[in-house]
Amino acid sequence: MAQPALDRRDYGLLGAEAEKAVEAGLKSAEWYHTDLPRKEMKELMKRSDGAAIRDTMIWLGLMIVFAGLAIFLWPSWWAALPLAAYGVLYGSATDSRWHECGHGTAFRTQWMNSVVYQIASFMIMRNPTRWRWSHTRHHTDTLIVGLDPEIAVMRPPALFRVLLGFIGVLDAWDAMKTMVINAWGHVSAEEKTFIPETEWPKVILTARIWLVIYAATIALAVILGSWLPIVLVGLPRLYGAWHHVLTGLMQHGGLADNVLDHRMNSRTVHINPISRFIYWNMNYHVEHHMFPMVPYYALPKLHAMIRHDLPAPTPSIWACYKEMIPAWLRQLRGENYFLVRKLPDSAKPYRPELHGQTPAAAAAAE
Amino acid sequence: MANWIEACSPDDIDAEDVIRFDHGGRTFAVYRSPDDKYYATDGLCTHEKVHLADGLVMDNIIECPKHNGRFDYTNGKAMGAPACVHLRTYAMKIENGKVFIDIG
Repeated sequence: MAQPALDRRDYGLLGAEAEKAVEAGLKSAEWYHTDLPRKEMKELMKRSDGAAIRDTMIWLGLMIVFAGLAIFLWPSWWAALPLAAYGVLYGSATDSRWHECGHGTAFRTQWMNSVVYQIASFMIMRNPTRWRWSHTRHHTDTLIVGLDPEIAVMRPPALFRVLLGFIGVLDAWDAMKTMVINAWGHVSAEEKTFIPETEWPKVILTARIWLVIYAATIALAVILGSWLPIVLVGLPRLYGAWHHVLTGLMQHGGLADNVLDHRMNSRTVHINPISRFIYWNMNYHVEHHMFPMVPYYALPKLHAMIRHDLPAPTPSIWACYKEMIPAWLRQLRGENYFLVRKLPDSAKPYRPELHGQTPAAAAAAE
Repeated sequence: MANWIEACSPDDIDAEDVIRFDHGGRTFAVYRSPDDKYYATDGLCTHEKVHLADGLVMDNIIECPKHNGRFDYTNGKAMGAPACVHLRTYAMKIENGKVFIDIG
């Protein structure tokens, strides 16, 4: 069926779409949840330090090993091999550590969440205060145009920008720009829409500390007459970013926006065990959005318990890109197209009328 | 002035858990701590009005199910972002085998 032409929409948090979303009742709305008995939910939500300590030791231990090898082999080109692994642990594994510890769900002991959150935030170049609030908004208003500050691919998609994300160039540039602006004592108007005023001093203080760290790294590189300090601190956010972009795009790529049902706008994908370690099980993304209190190590169990109510998981990263790329290309050609998730017969139906859509319009979109 | 209202039976709440109690158009969260003491707070998270009774109780902390905002339910204190505003707490007592809350 021919799709209606795509209107160019304003994804800005201060724009017309934000006002429309509020008028449509999409802001801070009630979202669909699969029913689970309280006893089972409590079991799933339970925290344990053990799994997160083990995984954090493996993560940091591997970083030390690969960094050591790189230093040993530098300036030989052989250093590129350990650096490739170090880069992914620095520029990608930190995305999921930042995320999980930001939720405070990885460790039972909260100071451990805070420490790993700060370390991961620095490496992934996300101001910990700013991004905590941004992510809070993402969970309140997931994929609501004009309200969600973390929509990775908008319509029409800026595909060149998406591609550049794999080498982190624009992200890092934006992060550095924001860091300098924040360090100067300024919080932007958009940031002010989701960061409470009481938190602004923290944003500024962190930006100043980071600025000093980066300045010290550059100074060390100059003193040593070597790129190595920069290759180990800062630059891995670029050459190691590809994995977190590869997996991150799958979370919501090509799916519906402005719906109040995570089964429609989020995606669960089966992926390999190494990627799951790097990504801390965020491939169970519908489950995570529906129940953000469930720690990453309990997500497979949660998935098994509610899969009857969810769309079938996408079987692989490859299969996921095979459905996302054509959808993005159609959007790029100007079609108002998105992927509709098919619910199994055992699932409670999606109710488009709750989201400002008529059932007929939703069916037409299929 | 005290206004004691029967909320539940002691066994309605597991140790280290919470239940929702609605009365007179208001909603409360009633907690049983790991050492079998009872506490009550406003029922909605001060951050985005989500029912805390769907959250997780760990020791003396209640964690909101939506954004993981944390409060000390024994005194209502918000423990950090995104929970920045303290919860109102209510006095509790057990009398004649029932848990009462003073909704003031």
